[in-house]
Amino acid sequence: MARAYFDHAASSPLRPGVGAAVVRALEVFGNASSVHREGQEARALVEDARRQVAALVGVHAGQVVFTSGGTEANNLAIRGLGATMAPGKRLLVSSLEHPCVRATAGALGFTEVIPASKGGGLDMPWLEAELAKGDVGVVSVMMVNNETGAVQPVAAMARMAKAAGVFFHTDAVQAVGHIPVDFAALGVDAMTVSSHKLGGPKGVGALIVRPDVPMEALMTGGGQERNRRAGTEDVPALAGFGLACALVSEHFKADFEHMMAVRRLVLDGVRALGLDIIAEAAPKAPHILLVRKPGVKAEDLVMALDMRGVAVSQGSACSSGRSEPSKVLLAMGFDEISAAEGVRLSWGVSTTFADVDILLGGLKSALGVL
Amino acid sequence: MGKVLSLPDGFVMPELVPGKLPCDVTVVVAMSGGVDSSTVAAMCAAAGYNTVGVTLQLWDYSPESNPGKPKEFGTCCALDDVYDARRVCAALGIPHYVLNMESAFKEAVVDDFVATYLAGATPIPCVRCNQRIKFKELMAKTKALGADVLATGHYVQKAMVGGKAVLKAAADLKKDQTYYLFATLQEEIERLVFPLGAMTKPDVRALAAHFGLHVSGKKDSFDICFVPGGDYRAVVKRFAPEADKPGDICLEDGTVVGRHDGIVGFTVGQRKGVPGGFPVPMYVVRVDAEASRVVIGPRASLGRRIFTVKDLNWLGDSVDDMRVRVKVRAQHGGAEGVVRFLEGGWAEVVLDMPEDQVAPGQAAVFYTEEGVMLGGGWITGLRD
Repeated sequence: MARAYFDHAASSPLRPGVGAAVVRALEVFGNASSVHREGQEARALVEDARRQVAALVGVHAGQVVFTSGGTEANNLAIRGLGATMAPGKRLLVSSLEHPCVRATAGALGFTEVIPASKGGGLDMPWLEAELAKGDVGVVSVMMVNNETGAVQPVAAMARMAKAAGVFFHTDAVQAVGHIPVDFAALGVDAMTVSSHKLGGPKGVGALIVRPDVPMEALMTGGGQERNRRAGTEDVPALAGFGLACALVSEHFKADFEHMMAVRRLVLDGVRALGLDIIAEAAPKAPHILLVRKPGVKAEDLVMALDMRGVAVSQGSACSSGRSEPSKVLLAMGFDEISAAEGVRLSWGVSTTFADVDILLGGLKSALGVL
Repeated sequence: MGKVLSLPDGFVMPELVPGKLPCDVTVVVAMSGGVDSSTVAAMCAAAGYNTVGVTLQLWDYSPESNPGKPKEFGTCCALDDVYDARRVCAALGIPHYVLNMESAFKEAVVDDFVATYLAGATPIPCVRCNQRIKFKELMAKTKALGADVLATGHYVQKAMVGGKAVLKAAADLKKDQTYYLFATLQEEIERLVFPLGAMTKPDVRALAAHFGLHVSGKKDSFDICFVPGGDYRAVVKRFAPEADKPGDICLEDGTVVGRHDGIVGFTVGQRKGVPGGFPVPMYVVRVDAEASRVVIGPRASLGRRIFTVKDLNWLGDSVDDMRVRVKVRAQHGGAEGVVRFLEGGWAEVVLDMPEDQVAPGQAAVFYTEEGVMLGGGWITGLRD
């Protein structure tokens, strides 16, 4: 049976050539910190990758701190910036954040969140009022929501934070590679990037930081990554991440247009099938659409589609593969039942129009029995 | 896809849907991650059925919810078991889905378990789970997935009696699980299949090894999945911390002979926790939840001939004053008696000879002499 993969937001296939670059780098066995030529060869790959990542988001290579992925980069930002806050200061994250941000803030004792609206946006006046109280130390808001695809006005929020003297971090895991991201223009202090959401290998990501931002390391040891993340560099993963970023930079315009073309086909198709589109009016990234058929549990639709050769997901993936009501939809004001009905369709540069036909055929057939 | 699976030479796979070829039948297998249901999935896949594995996640396995019990998650609801099921399906090359039933399970099974204990009775949560979660929800999924039948690893057999599908004791009577399935509805039985009903446990383990399943040597779980280590009282205390109070232990004439620190865990017929120093061994004969009192007496006081059951699920023909074999607990060999149907799903059971361990909250399950399960109900009132 022909299969169509519409879960790129969970993890996207490797971009062409990335797998080969990873395999080649596996043979470069030196330790990038070593003095000798073998070490220098590994170091060259790491620093090439750093420049490729930096170029994609418009920063100097020295601002890129490599991590084991988006979750670690978000932890480094939240915990690392949080640790530098004066006593009594608060850390505020949005109610739409990925669990690795919300749970981390929660672990530090900060459970208050920026409220969301049913439209998928955040309550800006609320944030402004909180910032005016003068006791906020760090704010973290994601750029593109991983479930709805809604784009938050990060630059505007970063300006508000800056005016209040507050550090601002954004989780841009679903943004980089999909919408134009210029770190300096955004005015944020730190930003999270993940490799496997943009066609690189898993297990690698980066935190982009402004040079003058004080931040404590989570991993201490050999002083790698300018004392911000100790541990011997994962050269093959970094080589793959770097190449994926270079390919994104090189093909961005064409890739973006392709993702928009797929989006139009998917949108027309799901509308014709009578599905609701969640956060429909919000500005959105080109590759994610959250749909809902009232009365049909997402869990059932995901299984029925898988059996019809279509891979989609119910919001964010959980380690055991089970499902539960979406915390993002609950934060947006959906009730428990509706929040368990959202099905995320996400695609990427490798998605073909034929894939869209398989998706829409599968949806039609699955909805016919559910 | 892994290697090509084949059934052992000479093994006859029962036909799951009579008259239909395996390739035209889709079967959902309820998988716990244990050896029995894993073997069922392998048998179905090897026989050529379109096989889909489904695992219910019933209970929160997180350490925060199970303080001090990190070692005791080798039970049917733990995440390791979900992964075991997933690994088996991956090895078989069949799809596997996990359904989150935690909140439904809490409401339908755990809350009932706690309430039953607090009412002085002894619950059987596995029956509630089969009735309210497993069969109900999985049957709905079976239909949603467009599958024909739902297969489980229970040791029971299906039989046709008078044109109706009924449940019958397993060929291996030691493993028979019909007692736990007494609340299964007729329409559910129609769509259920039990491929292990004619097999013994060693047969099943050998078959699992034949298929190379990594769970072929996995130990059986005897604990109730949400009661790690069998500590019922801890579970009840967690959900109803105020409810289980100390009280008196007294004789049948009301003489107080001791104290207990909570009625939970006292079951009619038990000796454990009963004070000594009497000329004959004493047993729990009654638990009075309202007065928080445990009544004890000699073995002679345990015997019950007549009791009522409620929420009767009857699958056979109803004949007045029907002679039946009755099991009053899971491990009971069965007693002869007569069942009389009353209004509103009630029935009265009159045994030929008194039985010692007729405990409220347990089930009375009725069989014919041939082992066909006729139905069952929950034991409530005790008389004489």
